Order: sequence, then structure tokens, then C-alpha cells
Amino acid sequence: MKITRLLSLGLAILLGLAACGGGGSGKDKGEVSLRMTIWTNNADHLKLFNGIADEYRRTHPNVASIRFDPLPVETYSTALTTQIAGGNPPDLAWILENTAPDFVASHALLPLDDKLKKYPGYQYGDLAAGPTRLWRQDGSLYAYPFSTSPFGVFVNTDLLKKAGQKPPAAGWTWDQAIASASAVHQRTGKAGLVVRDFDYKAWDNLATVWGGWGAEAWSEDGKTCGFTKPQMVQAMTFLHKAIFDQKAMPGPGTSPDFFAGDAAMTITQISRAALLKGAKFHWDLVPLPAGPNGAYNVIGQGGLGVLKNGKHADAAADFLAFFTDPANSAKLAQYFPPPRTSLLTADALAKSNPLLKPDQLQKVVLDGIANGRVKPNHTGEAEIAQTVRAALDPLWRPGADVPKVMASVCGSVQPLLAK
Amino acid sequence: MTVRTPARTAVTGRTSAPRKAGRFWTARRRDHLVGYLFVAPQLIGSVIFVLVPLGMVVWYSLNEWNVLAGTFDFVGADNYRRLAEDPKLPSVLTASALFSAGLVAVNLTLALLLAVLLNQRLRGTAVFRTLFFSPVVVSLVAWTIVWGFLLQKNGGINGLLSVVGVTGPNWLRTGGGAMFSVIMVQVFKNVGLNMVLFLAALQDVPASVYEAARIDGAGAWRRFRSITVPLISPTLLLTSIITVVGSLQVFAQIAVLTQGGPGTSTTVLVYYLYQQAFQFHQFGYGSALAVLLFAIVLVLTLLQWRLRRRWVFHEA
Repeated sequence: MKITRLLSLGLAILLGLAACGGGGSGKDKGEVSLRMTIWTNNADHLKLFNGIADEYRRTHPNVASIRFDPLPVETYSTALTTQIAGGNPPDLAWILENTAPDFVASHALLPLDDKLKKYPGYQYGDLAAGPTRLWRQDGSLYAYPFSTSPFGVFVNTDLLKKAGQKPPAAGWTWDQAIASASAVHQRTGKAGLVVRDFDYKAWDNLATVWGGWGAEAWSEDGKTCGFTKPQMVQAMTFLHKAIFDQKAMPGPGTSPDFFAGDAAMTITQISRAALLKGAKFHWDLVPLPAGPNGAYNVIGQGGLGVLKNGKHADAAADFLAFFTDPANSAKLAQYFPPPRTSLLTADALAKSNPLLKPDQLQKVVLDGIANGRVKPNHTGEAEIAQTVRAALDPLWRPGADVPKVMASVCGSVQPLLAK
Repeated sequence: MTVRTPARTAVTGRTSAPRKAGRFWTARRRDHLVGYLFVAPQLIGSVIFVLVPLGMVVWYSLNEWNVLAGTFDFVGADNYRRLAEDPKLPSVLTASALFSAGLVAVNLTLALLLAVLLNQRLRGTAVFRTLFFSPVVVSLVAWTIVWGFLLQKNGGINGLLSVVGVTGPNWLRTGGGAMFSVIMVQVFKNVGLNMVLFLAALQDVPASVYEAARIDGAGAWRRFRSITVPLISPTLLLTSIITVVGSLQVFAQIAVLTQGGPGTSTTVLVYYLYQQAFQFHQFGYGSALAVLLFAIVLVLTLLQWRLRRRWVFHEA
């Protein structure tokens, strides 16, 4: 009898555990719980998102909760795909521009056109063609590019002044930028110019430099490596000299923070302007310096998509439409430049970006969105990025043979591009 | 109600009931069942979390799984053919071998040295034992992140070196420096564990043996070589197996400190597996690499086990 009881108890515990594992989705109760993965953990951003979500839930009582799930940006795409592989995909996800081709081509995302076109007051026609190009395939929109953010240069004008340098003027060039940065480092000991987030690993951020030489990582069709092209070799030679000879940019193994006042200039996107709230130095935001090929713009994008295999894809698409409708797009515009033409005016952006002047918004944001090229992206981006990173490493030491390293990069990455 | 017989107890060392025709729950069966129930939690855990995933990894390695597209296609031995032809694999295996050899050599030597030193009857040895063991209980990732700061070009290590007039290298940005750094970070993290094991073994060596050797005129090195090493050889075997297996599974240090670079100088097998499966979304090929890792660990462990007859002089 005791044995039978013991067995029954064990079975009951196992069944109980199994029952615990299967429940909790809220689906059975007719309620929906949505989860959106994001790569920001900024308190202001989260406050804004939660405010929009609360507003949505007031008119959609079937949605029990909407959770914004911040993941570290460095490992964002890996964490997201691991969640998908583990059978726990989020309902909505931010997608980085470098993984956009993989997500779009694989049809992992739900096409949004029908939902957005039918959503009351959405004004689907307001979406600009340029910013949505990366997120379309065969005419269908797979993610809403909630952030189309051009790169600009934030300048610590106090540090420049201290080093006896003039602030950047209209039409400034890379030669001037590097000369000023070098002078700052020599006279103040602080860093000159930092390409933020590059850190000698995330090389795609260098598109903000080599764009001035008209260089590209690969051809328009993505099939041919561009690292051995003369423009790229010249740009990389300039960069190498700026780092190791002129000491205008911090070398590998050091990571000064512009926003803490440790560098004179940094190349980054306007969404970082929030970090300058309460800054203890005077600053400016200017366009990227012109290179030998003239002026240019580079944009980074973030898309918002609905995972097709999520538990509540329809409800998630409905929330996406609300989250990105004209009214909420205007709210999001204070951090993330939207793809809506009606909001892409200096006056409209100035209302939601109190830290930036209309002139800065016009020159950096609006001109950038109008003419900017998106950072390098390709299907199979992760493997390509890793391969290029490894092949570029020998460049980041004094006396490196730039053309030889560039040839090595193409030798490594060409087979992947040709796939 | 069962009747226990003293005679059976004397033979088996436990109580037992006489067999009754047709009765299933004999005392013997009941004892067996109780035994099985005691090991069941561990057994179920091992099956669910070790054996089933192991089988699944083998199955995945015969398929190609595109996570984003949601496709899962049987490809037979394709992933293993790719393994044989992968041009990056030799450098990955070389990095793994370098890491393992460096780690095992430095870790075991340092652990044994520390254990011998801390086995002396001196004041303060307890404090040093605690100090050397304390990194073992620190979170690996936290430990590695702190070392990441210390190993920066303008970090704490080079700051210390500059005090004595030495310009330190950019530890994590040169091939040799990066490999040396990840080995040392791992050594300092775990040397305390091996040290404690060696210390326990050293304290089991009878003092009379040393005394006899000393009377016979054996010097310190001779006593160490001819008495200490043979008598702690079972512990040497244990620690070497643990360290070799652990070294082949290194991941966090590489992921946090070098991400496999510079170049591919610190891309060891587990990190390469992680890249293929979780970054490049090639779960099938990643699984084939996992099977290769399993085979390497198995072969090395069996080899060490076989070799024990040559250098383990007594086993408990």
C-alpha cells in the first residue's frame, strides 16, 4: 500500500509540474499578453513605450499586458534568434538594419501592408519610400522602420576651444576634423574623435568614414567585395594614419566616452542626444565631414516587425499599427526619426526634440534621411560581419600594410558574398 | 505483516521476507524499488537534461535547421562532410589545443606549487588558502568582465607595470597576448579548486614516509619526486581530467574578453560552435561541431584513464 501511495504521489508531482509548464499564456482565458524585444534600456524611452501601451490597453481590454523586453544591443540579434529557436519568440521585435535582409528574406515576419492600410487613421501613404526600401520584399512591407536615424558628429565645443580649435563650420572636411581631433589629444590629453560603437569590432560603423571617399563594403548587388577598391584603400589608409600617426582617434583597447566629456567629437545617431540632457559642456551637432568624394550621409535603421510564429501575431500586428500611427509616431520622433513624410520637417521634429535646434535637425536629420545610404547589410550578415572583423584585425596596429589587409578581407569574405 | 528471517539478514546484510507464491511485492523487490526511487530524481534529471539533449544534438547534426525560416531538413552526413572540409577548423582546433595545453600546464603546476607551499606549518596559511580559493566562488562572467577592464591598454595591469618602468602590451589586441590573457584569467579563477584538492591529498601523505626518506638522506626534490608525486597521483589524475575537460569547454572568457579575436587567434571550438549555431543560425553544423567536441573530450578522458596505470601508483 505504501509503495502504491508513494508511486501515486510521485506521479501526481510529475503531472503537477507538467501542468505548471504548459500554462500561463493567458490565451485560454481569452486574454492576450504581448512581448516586444527592444535594444534600449533608457528610462525615458521605456516610459514613452509604456505610456503608449497603457493607452492601447484602455481600448483593448482583451490585451492583459504589453511587456517591453530590453536585450543588450551587442548580442541583440543572437538573443532574439535564440528565443525563436527555443520556441519562445516575442510577439513583436525590433530588428537591426544589418539583419533586416535575413529576417525579410526568410519570411519570419508577418507582412504588414493589409493591417496598416486598413487601420483607422493610419495614413499608410505617408510612409516614405526610401526608409522602407530595406524592409520590403516583393512589394510587401515586413517591418516598420520606426527609426531612420542619420549619423552626425556631436562636438564638445568647450574641448575644441581649450585646444585652440575652431568649431566645425559648414562644409568642413575630414582633413579639418582629424587636424582638430589631433590637436585636442595633444593639448588636452583627451580623445579627439570617436566612432561610437566601433571599438575595433563593429566595423560597419566605419561606413560613416569611408562614405567620404565613396567607398562601399560590397557592390550594389552584394556579390562583389569592395574592400580592395581604390576608394576603400584610400579611406582606410587615411583612417589608419589618423589613429596611429596623428593620434586623432583613440587606439584599440581604449574606450573614451564623449558623453562623459572624454572626447572632443563622436560620430553617432541623434537618438544619443538624450545622453546630453544635463551635459556639463557646450556641444553642437553637425553633419559628417566631407571627404574627397564630397558630402555624404549614412543612416542606421531599426525596424519593428511581428513574428509570424508568435502566439498572438494578429493582436501584435494591431498593436504595431497603433504604436506607429501618426500620433504615436510623433511622440516616438523625439528619439527615433520616423519614416513619415508629414513628420519629416524641421518644425515637426523640433517640437519633439527640444535638445536639438531646427538648423541641426535640417542639416543632419532631414538631409541625412533624404540622401543617406543605409549602413552595410547583407543576407548572412552575421557570418560576413564576423569574417570581415577577423580579417580587419591586422589593420589595427601601427605600421600595418593597408592594401595587403584589404586584399585579405576580400579573400575571406568574397566566397560568402558570392553564395 | 511480514516475518523477517535472521538467517537471510546474516547473508545479505539486510532484512527480507520469505517468498510467497503469487505475491509480487516481495521485500527484495520493495528494496529495489526504494533504491530506484532514491536515485530517480538524479536519473530523471540526467535523462532529461543530459541524455535527451545529447541525442537531440546528434539528430540536429543530421539536419539543417533554419531558425528564421522555420525549416528543418534532413541532410544526412552533409554537416560532417562540411566539417572535414571546413578551412577554418584547423585554426580553431589549434587555438583549442593551445588553450588547453597552456591552461593544464599552468593551472596544475601553480596549483601544486601553492598546495605544497600552503601545506607548510606556517602562520597565515589559512588566510592565503582562503584568498587563493575565493575566486572559485565568484561569478565567472563578473570575474571576466573585471579582468576585461584590467587588461585594457590603459587598464590596471599596464598601470602596475608602468610603476616598475615596463610598458605593457595591448593584451587583448595581439594574438599571443589575447591567448595568454584568457589562459591566465581562467587559471586565476580556478587554480584554487585544484589547490584545495592537492592540499587534501598532500595531507594524506604519512609524515613517517618523509621522515624515513630524510633519514636515508633524500633531499627535498627527491622526496617530492619519489614520495609526494606517486602518493598524490590519483589526485593528479582527477585534477588533470577535470582541467582538460574544463579547458575544452571554455566559452565565457572568450565571449567577454576577445570574441574569438584578434583575427581568429582565440576562436576555440566551443566559441566557433556558438558562432555557427547562434550567430550564423547554422544549428545543424553547430550540432556537428558539438558532436566533434564530445568525441574529443571522450577520447582524451579515456586516454587519461588508460594512462593512469602507468603513472597512478595507488588507487583508493
